[in-house]
This record gives sequence, structure tokens and C-alpha cells, in this order.
Amino acid sequence: MKVFFAFVKKEFWHVIRDKRSLIILIGLPIVMMLLFGFALTSEVKNSNIAILDFSKDQATKTLVERIDQSQYFTVNKYLDSENEMEGVFRKGQARLVLIFPQNFENDLSKDKKTQLRLVADASDPNTANITINYASAIIRDYQNELNENKKLPYTIEMETRMLYNPQLKSSYNFVPGVMTLIMMLLGAMMTSVSIVKEKEMGTMEILLVSPMKPIMVLVSKAVPYMVLCFLDIILILLMAVYILEMPIQGSLVLLLAESLLFIITTLSLGLLISVNVNSQQVAMFISLVALLMPSLIFSGFMFPIENMPLPLQVMSNLIPTKWYYSIVKAIMVKGLSFEFVLKQTLILAGMTVFFLTIAIKKFKINLEA
Amino acid sequence: MMSEIVIHTENLTRKFGDFVAVNTISFDVKAGEIFGFLGANGAGKTTAMKILCGLLSPTSGVASVAGFDVYKENEQIKENIGYMSQKFSLYENLTVRENIRFFGGIYGIDRKSLKVKSEELIQRLGLGLEADKLVGSLPLGWKQKISFSVAILHNPKVVFLDEPTGGVDPITRRQFWDMIYEASAKGITVFVTTHYMDEAEYCDRVSIMVDGAIAAMGKPSELKKQFAVENMDGVFLQLARGAKRSE
Repeated sequence: MKVFFAFVKKEFWHVIRDKRSLIILIGLPIVMMLLFGFALTSEVKNSNIAILDFSKDQATKTLVERIDQSQYFTVNKYLDSENEMEGVFRKGQARLVLIFPQNFENDLSKDKKTQLRLVADASDPNTANITINYASAIIRDYQNELNENKKLPYTIEMETRMLYNPQLKSSYNFVPGVMTLIMMLLGAMMTSVSIVKEKEMGTMEILLVSPMKPIMVLVSKAVPYMVLCFLDIILILLMAVYILEMPIQGSLVLLLAESLLFIITTLSLGLLISVNVNSQQVAMFISLVALLMPSLIFSGFMFPIENMPLPLQVMSNLIPTKWYYSIVKAIMVKGLSFEFVLKQTLILAGMTVFFLTIAIKKFKINLEA
Repeated sequence: MMSEIVIHTENLTRKFGDFVAVNTISFDVKAGEIFGFLGANGAGKTTAMKILCGLLSPTSGVASVAGFDVYKENEQIKENIGYMSQKFSLYENLTVRENIRFFGGIYGIDRKSLKVKSEELIQRLGLGLEADKLVGSLPLGWKQKISFSVAILHNPKVVFLDEPTGGVDPITRRQFWDMIYEASAKGITVFVTTHYMDEAEYCDRVSIMVDGAIAAMGKPSELKKQFAVENMDGVFLQLARGAKRSE
């Protein structure tokens, strides 16, 4: 035990004296949380909209005002002819152009029927869709108001509720995602790099001829990083709750326990990398390309897995981040209890045991060669 | 008085598949002796040394270190040996004092005597001012002296030195050998591999490995007489010329 503490102390010195690892450990989570929290949001707000109004009556004025007042749009430009539309889109001055035909109000009140046209810049398809939906909703509201006093032949009244995330905050999606990615990056990369560094420097040999058991050498290397990753989880959660105002719906203890399990998963991946490579660069390269990329793609954080072709969907099951991401979402956002994440937990635990077994086996074989 | 035998091997063999890395080598090293283990690259020195350090088990033959069997008692062997490798082996971003404390710690020296011992060592090496500097900032010669001192801090029976003086100037090498003599005078057996033939002359006895087997063994003076040459270089060249395998 004394030996173990001597080792842990040494490992902390390494981290504290190495500015790069300190920056990665503390800077990375903070920067990612702030970036995703305030800069890289997928919410569409304040989109520029241009108006081409051939009618210029009371009704169009009201509609334009409503659109301008909503948080989704800012009326940016009034056009005079359809020819100008192209230019507006080309210069990126508007994402959406709303076109009112002549006699809009007149037709509406006399014929009870009129048309308007929405033209969107679909070079970014998601945003185009979202802006069209927002604009249609505003127009529909206006239409409903006009109909209020009249009995319509058929009405379906829709009442929608956004469960778990009523304000549709994107933080509910990215906080679990950021946690997953950071743990994957830190756990696997830092452990593997630090072990491979000992190999490169030749200190590994000294450790192996010491009375310390070889397995203990690995464990003592991994434990300090486990502690550091765990501190990072706490840091991220504190930022989520106090800066991004995202509450933790479920049990905090359960969330931390599951995080610990995932940290062990990533550490075992780190060990697996480190027993197979001999240079720090290769270790880093593998952690980034072979672990971080699939984690990013297959966790479900950025791209919905349901939309992927079947082979990729099947493959996503092999990626540990997918399971941890779904656990964190279930606990943090939906407030579910342990029985609902049991399956994911067992899968993660199984993967961890698998990675660890291979790593230790390979480590023993390497010792013999 | 018969000195105690600290390293004993008899027909020690290690194969990797068809390749015989170490071929039936037999030798004894007595307590306090400085035993030079020479051989060209690829001759099997490192493999033999790994077996004696308890890192690798032999394919056949007998070997014991400090009275412990390499097959079964490698834990006990590790407690009784020190090791320093050709790669410089301290932590660069730890201070001298922290390095000493750490390596003392993993050899299970208890905290109190470790404190005393490390201060003693720092004084003896004349590193009072540098003790809290990072090892990475010290010159190579000093690092190697510290490495060696750390390797024998726990008073091992045997210390294994794997090309300890690679890359340092002749004066520092000479000083390093003074430290080796000091350790040997204290009864620590020194098992050293080297490429420098002048260093071979400093050893009490040397063995020269060629193609996995021991081609010659004895006091440097005896070997020179046997091969009728003036220095160890000559002995080595005559033997190594016959080698079939190289890197």
C-alpha cells in the first residue's frame, strides 16, 4: 500500500509539472462546456428574414411585425422585386424570404383564401427546415386567431408537450455528449501516453525489475488518472448545473457511479493501447483516430443512430461511448433509476472486463518476450 | 575463506521458438565481485540478464540469484537486486530528492530510514544545492551517478548494470567506476555489461558471449595471456570475429 501511494504521488507530480497535461485535464472540459454552451448551439435563433411584400396592407404588416418580434427571426431587409431574392441569399443576408402576393388582405377577407410563399436557403438543410417550421407556426397562429369566432366544420386541436426538456435547451443534449467525449479522450489517451512514456524513457524496465508486481505497476499507473477523470466529471457537472442551468433529474450518486464505471472502461482501453504500442505519438494517434472518431460518430450525440444504415447501427453497439451517453441522458435528463440503465451498465461492465483481460494477457506475453 | 556464491547458472538456456538466444551458459559470481558480461549486440547478453533479474524464465538449465531460484522465486530475487539500464532511468520531471524517495519507496524502504538515506546520499554525491532541481536539468554524468546510487539504495546483494556508461566522457566514466568499486567494497556484487573494452579491464572477471554461448571467461589478465594479445580489445575481436549472428 505504501508503495502504491509513493507511486500515486509521483504520478501527480508528473501531471502537475507537465503544462500540456494540465491544460488538457482542466482546460479541455471548461473550453468544451463553454463552447457548446454558448457558441456552438444547434438552436436556431435570430435568423435573418427578408420580406417581399406586394400587398403592403394591414394584414401583412401585422404578420411581419409578429415575425420580427419572435425570438427566432429578425427582419433584415424589405425587397421590391423577385429579382432581388437571389442576391439576398447569395450575400447571406437572409435565410428565409417571405413573399406576400398582391391583395393579400383583400383576398383573405373576401375569398377567405389566400397564399403566401416561403423561400428558404437550404444549403444548410436542418436550419432551412427549422426556420420554415418556425415561420409556419407564426402564420398558423395568426390564422387561428382570425378563425376564433367562427365555427370550423372540422377541428383537430393539437396540444404538444416537450417532455424532459420543455425549454428545448440544447445543453440537455450536449452535456452528456461532452462528458462522454472528454472521458474517452482523457481516460484512454492520458493513460496510454503516460505508460508508453515510461517505456520510451526506460523507466518501465526499472519498475518491472523492482519488487512491485507487474500488474500493480499497471494499476498504479491507471489509478491517478481515474481520480483525475473523476474530478473532471465533477467539474463538468458543476458547470452544467451552475453555469448552464441544467438540473440533474436523477440520482447524483447513481450518475457518479456509472461515470466511474465508464472511466474504468476508458482506462482499460488506454491500457490496451499502451501494451500494444511503443511510442507516445502512436499512442496518441490511436486514441484520437481509433477511439475519439468512432466515439464522436457513434455515440448518438451528434448524429442520430436511428438514421444510419443498418450495418453502421449494428457497429455502433460496439462503441462504449454509445452506452455511457445513453446512461447519462437517462439519469441526468429523464431522471430514470438504476433498473432502466441496467442493460447499458451490464454491457459497459462486460466491455471493461473484456478490454482489461486482453490488456493484461498481452502485458504478460510482452513481459516474457 | 570461501566467498559466498551470489549468482549461479548451470547450462542456462533460453529459446524463442527455434532461436536459441542463450545457449547452455554456466558461471558463478561471488559476493563483492565485479563481473563483466561482454558480447556483441545480439549475442544474448540482454536475454541472460533478463532471466537473472527475474523478468524472463529460462527454457532449461539452473540459475539462482542471491540464493533464490529464477523459476519460482523471482519475487524474492527482485527484492535483492538493483538494476540500472543503458537508457537513462530516472524521471526527468521529478527532482533529485523526489526520484530518490520514489525509487526507495517502490523498493519498500520505510519512510523514516528513506528520509535519512536520501539526505545521506544527497550529501555524499555533493548535490545539496541541486537536490530540488528537476533531474532533466542536470548533466548526463550526474544523472548516471544518481541512477546508480538509487539502484543500490536498498542495499541489494547484486546490482545489474546494463551498459551504464553509454554516452558519457572518459573522466565521468572513471568517476562512475570509482562508485562501482565502492559498492563492491561494501559487498555488493556488480554484474555489468559494457561495450567499452577499457572498462572490461576494470572488472575482476569477465565473460564474453558469442552467439548465445560463453566463448571465454576469466580474469582480464588471464584472458589476455590466453589469447596472446595486449588488451581486452584484442581478446574481444578474436572472439567476435567468429560470430555468426549479428543484429
